[in-house]
Amino acid sequence: MMLWALILIPLLTAALIASGPRGAARGTAMLGSLISLFIAGLAAFQFDWGNSGAMQLGGSVPFLPSFGVEFSLGVDAVALALILLTALLQPLMVLGSFSAITSDEKTYYAWLMALMAPMVGVFAARDLLFFYVCFELTLVPMFILISLFGSTNRKKAAIKFFLYTFTGSILALAGLVYVAWKASAQTGAWSWDIATLQMVAQSMSLKEQSWVMLAMLAGFAVKIPLFPVHTWLPLAHTEAPTAGSVVLAGVLLKLGTYAVYRFVLPFVPAAVAEYAEAIALLSIVGIVYAGLICWVQRDVKKLVAYSSVSHLGFCVLGMVAINLIGAQGSLLYMINHGLSTGALFFCIGMMYERYHTRSMDELGGLAKKMPIWAFFMGFFTMASVGLPGLNGFVSEFMCLLGTFQSGAEGVGGVRGPLGFWFAAIAGTGMIVAAIYLLYMVGKVVFGPLKEPAGHGHHDDAHGHAHLPQDLTGREIGVLVPLAIGCVVLGVYPTPVLKAFEAPIQHTLAAYDGVNFEDFDGEDDDHGLALVALPAQGEAR
Amino acid sequence: MMSLLAAMSAGPDVPPMIAKLSIIVPEIVMFVGTCVVLMLGLSKTSTIRRASVGAAGLALIIAGIAAATGPQGVADSLLPHVMPYAKVLIAAVGFILLLLLTGTVDREVEAEADAGKPFDVLRANRAEFYAFFMFSLTGLMLCASADDLIWLFLALELTSLPTYVMVSISTARSRSQEAGVKYFFLGAFSAAMLLMGFTFIYGATGYTQLFGYHSIASVIGAQGSLGPIATLGFVMAIVGLCFKIAAVPMHFYTPDVYQGAAAGVSAMLAFVPKTAGFLGLMLLTSAVGWGLGGGYGLPSELRLLLWVVAALTMTFGNVLALMQRSVKRILAYSSIAHSGYMLVGIIAGPGAWGAGAPGNGLGAVLFYLMSYGVMNVGAFAVVASLEKQSGGEAEDVDDLRGLCKTHPLLGWIMVISSVTMLGLPFAIGFLGKFYLFTAGLRAGEVALIVVMGLNSAIAAFYYLRLAGAPLLEHRDEHEASLVVTAFNSRKLAGLISAVGVLALLPFADRLATLSDHAASYGASSEAAQASASQAEHVDARSVTDH
Repeated sequence: MMLWALILIPLLTAALIASGPRGAARGTAMLGSLISLFIAGLAAFQFDWGNSGAMQLGGSVPFLPSFGVEFSLGVDAVALALILLTALLQPLMVLGSFSAITSDEKTYYAWLMALMAPMVGVFAARDLLFFYVCFELTLVPMFILISLFGSTNRKKAAIKFFLYTFTGSILALAGLVYVAWKASAQTGAWSWDIATLQMVAQSMSLKEQSWVMLAMLAGFAVKIPLFPVHTWLPLAHTEAPTAGSVVLAGVLLKLGTYAVYRFVLPFVPAAVAEYAEAIALLSIVGIVYAGLICWVQRDVKKLVAYSSVSHLGFCVLGMVAINLIGAQGSLLYMINHGLSTGALFFCIGMMYERYHTRSMDELGGLAKKMPIWAFFMGFFTMASVGLPGLNGFVSEFMCLLGTFQSGAEGVGGVRGPLGFWFAAIAGTGMIVAAIYLLYMVGKVVFGPLKEPAGHGHHDDAHGHAHLPQDLTGREIGVLVPLAIGCVVLGVYPTPVLKAFEAPIQHTLAAYDGVNFEDFDGEDDDHGLALVALPAQGEAR
Repeated sequence: MMSLLAAMSAGPDVPPMIAKLSIIVPEIVMFVGTCVVLMLGLSKTSTIRRASVGAAGLALIIAGIAAATGPQGVADSLLPHVMPYAKVLIAAVGFILLLLLTGTVDREVEAEADAGKPFDVLRANRAEFYAFFMFSLTGLMLCASADDLIWLFLALELTSLPTYVMVSISTARSRSQEAGVKYFFLGAFSAAMLLMGFTFIYGATGYTQLFGYHSIASVIGAQGSLGPIATLGFVMAIVGLCFKIAAVPMHFYTPDVYQGAAAGVSAMLAFVPKTAGFLGLMLLTSAVGWGLGGGYGLPSELRLLLWVVAALTMTFGNVLALMQRSVKRILAYSSIAHSGYMLVGIIAGPGAWGAGAPGNGLGAVLFYLMSYGVMNVGAFAVVASLEKQSGGEAEDVDDLRGLCKTHPLLGWIMVISSVTMLGLPFAIGFLGKFYLFTAGLRAGEVALIVVMGLNSAIAAFYYLRLAGAPLLEHRDEHEASLVVTAFNSRKLAGLISAVGVLALLPFADRLATLSDHAASYGASSEAAQASASQAEHVDARSVTDH
């Protein structure tokens, strides 16, 4: 019931905004998103956290009975946590857009609200096709937000974003339909129930699992994004309006990692065990390579965008470590990244509204002019770098720890596909991250004051609302909840980690009895094959 | 009366010719309607002339009702239930197309007549135009009833021949003449090819009858394989049919003809010959039998042929559509691509009898034809409704810019139509593709499904342009403004299409079940008899109902 409300209320709000007067647009959006947040909070109260691995708060409505398709919802702790993140970011995005969006507000807020419904749908779906549909439908509002409200290169960015993700997800659909077809051949009836399909998928042969995994990754890796299909992201992030970047980093990228967690890991365990090293390799390349790219960026927003590629590499790495700690770290990382990177995009947007540039060459020492902003910028950078005590550290550390432990000898042989070297190389990514983020902060926030030429005369010409030099109360109100989240999850992540334990063990049960040694030294050709296969599929 | 005719057909002493009359009641209605349209359209009185369109619409409605309430199945056919579905679909889409075609011909003549000059019958084209339209639809319905090669050929040609004339007279421009001639010659070539193929099939089997105890199907079934001559015949017939459905290698005419003809006629070309071609393909492939290739597949030669045609058709269509600037050419190439998708359903075949909707490829084709018929009209209706001040249709993509602001109705029709054809979930176009996906996978055509998936992604690019130009872009101030046509029924056609694709969604499951039932393949004569008795049962029910 509450999950339905979380999908329907944003849609209803969007419709109200579209049909209402222009002046009421942002007020309606704020109200709608606050109600959603309230309902998400209620859902969290009603959720039985003691039984966090079970699907709860569910319900279903048939849609295509002869194809076995239902609108079926339900959440476990992981899905609920991500829904809470979505619901938390939504009012902040609306609040953060008040001064940035001054024309065509009805279109903007309507689509911003409409975007929330499919995002919640993805996390709450228990029907595979419903999941896919929501996954796909997030594209439309985002496409429109970027192409109408983005900066100069917005058309190209929007189309690239749409085509990349759409292509990938159609291939993912082919893989998912294949699983459903296998299930229908076994049971005689079509069903899209995720739990049913999961059992069928696990029983497929290694070859089939590998192809299905490749198809699924084609869709999900684009969304995450994993190297080498990450190239849409910097453009889309840079061109999107502030709230667009926030929701991209905060939630949309998580749709990819969540899908990997929910589908790839439990559906095709044999293939994951076989190719985990290849996936890990791609993640590590992403971590290091994107980190190095960040280092040479002059555009602050682009830098943070590339840092997302690097950070989500850790997230995937922790996941394919196939152990509790890695997966816990990975899932926590999704939330942490949403908080800290989302907040960084807010900060950059606030700076941009004042200076109309994001170039590090034109900006410097802004702490002298905007001390409050400088505090938040520094704070969220630290959270992003992984300063102990803040949230980024916990998850990054756990991802790496999981990767280390993955190669250790255990009761039934080698316990995971990765090992020391994976963690060691990925660890250099943390150092690179510290370099580029601190370099950026050092340049823009501290040092001698530098403002773009002619600053102060441009505000009115751009048609933006006139803003005071430092942050307003509204802007502080946007950043404070995120900062609190960063501190709480940094100091006391235990309850969240504990809640994730049961669902993760549920997922990893598919790997019981898999001895990862079998996949390693048995045949040298294997090593070649596993690098070649995914590379083929993702080179497009 | 129709039920009476149907009941008669079931009796033992009725001659076969009379028995067949009961299944072509809709066609008879259409024919009578055509004659009325022809006569009314030549009247000297303006009001009566104008009533000819109404008469055509009425005939379509009656034919549709007749098809829905008439016999639901035919004995001795391997596709016993296809008729009512196809004919109702044809009548419904035909009705929307009729709305779209208003005002295509005779504008000057009518304007002169309104100004007080005497009506010049020789210069007027109205009667012929609508009569040919009706003839073409009659032919299309006959395709659905066909049980014989000769019948099928005549029906296909009755569908095609009027369209050649309609293309030529649809506008006064020389481009239409050129398009008409091009269309005619290539059409004649393909018809010759088709006929040649039919000859070989007849030569190899000794029958022209498609289904039944003494028929092509029975001979091939008894032989257990096709044999070289019959294979040649089927290959030539399929290639000939590729012209009708605008598939590679017979697709070359499509963009030129669509661009040359008036938008309403292009919309018709995208649906009518395509449906005829697919009905023909369904009948031919069913006559070969779905058991010959092992499982429920086609013989390997035909499967390979159709596979290559399908893959090339969707790829050519989509890739070439990317390079176009004219909306009509984009839609022409997209029409090619959609044919490619539908061929997947033909390759997949009907699957096991009564196994349910998701595996029935032929059902998927029928479902897709339905969704394509509805969603495609919308896009053409927008083009047909916009004119440049300098005269002529506004057909460049840039002409659509900002349409949602300047002409919200047309703009949103374009957006909904493009997004549906793009296959965005849960649009009806997505469900059509999804149905083809499940059917294709059931038949084990994984590679083809991947090709189709990639093609859907390529297609996204140009559909996004079609949807994005009206919604997201702004019209430059200095550009000449567009004139919206005075013919409101064209806008109505677009509106019906746009509302239709949304309104059909709640009934999607019902429609999928219906198309599965319509395409159920009775592999044995028992099944055919069962279906015949079921038909009687249905008829008896309808008799008591009335």
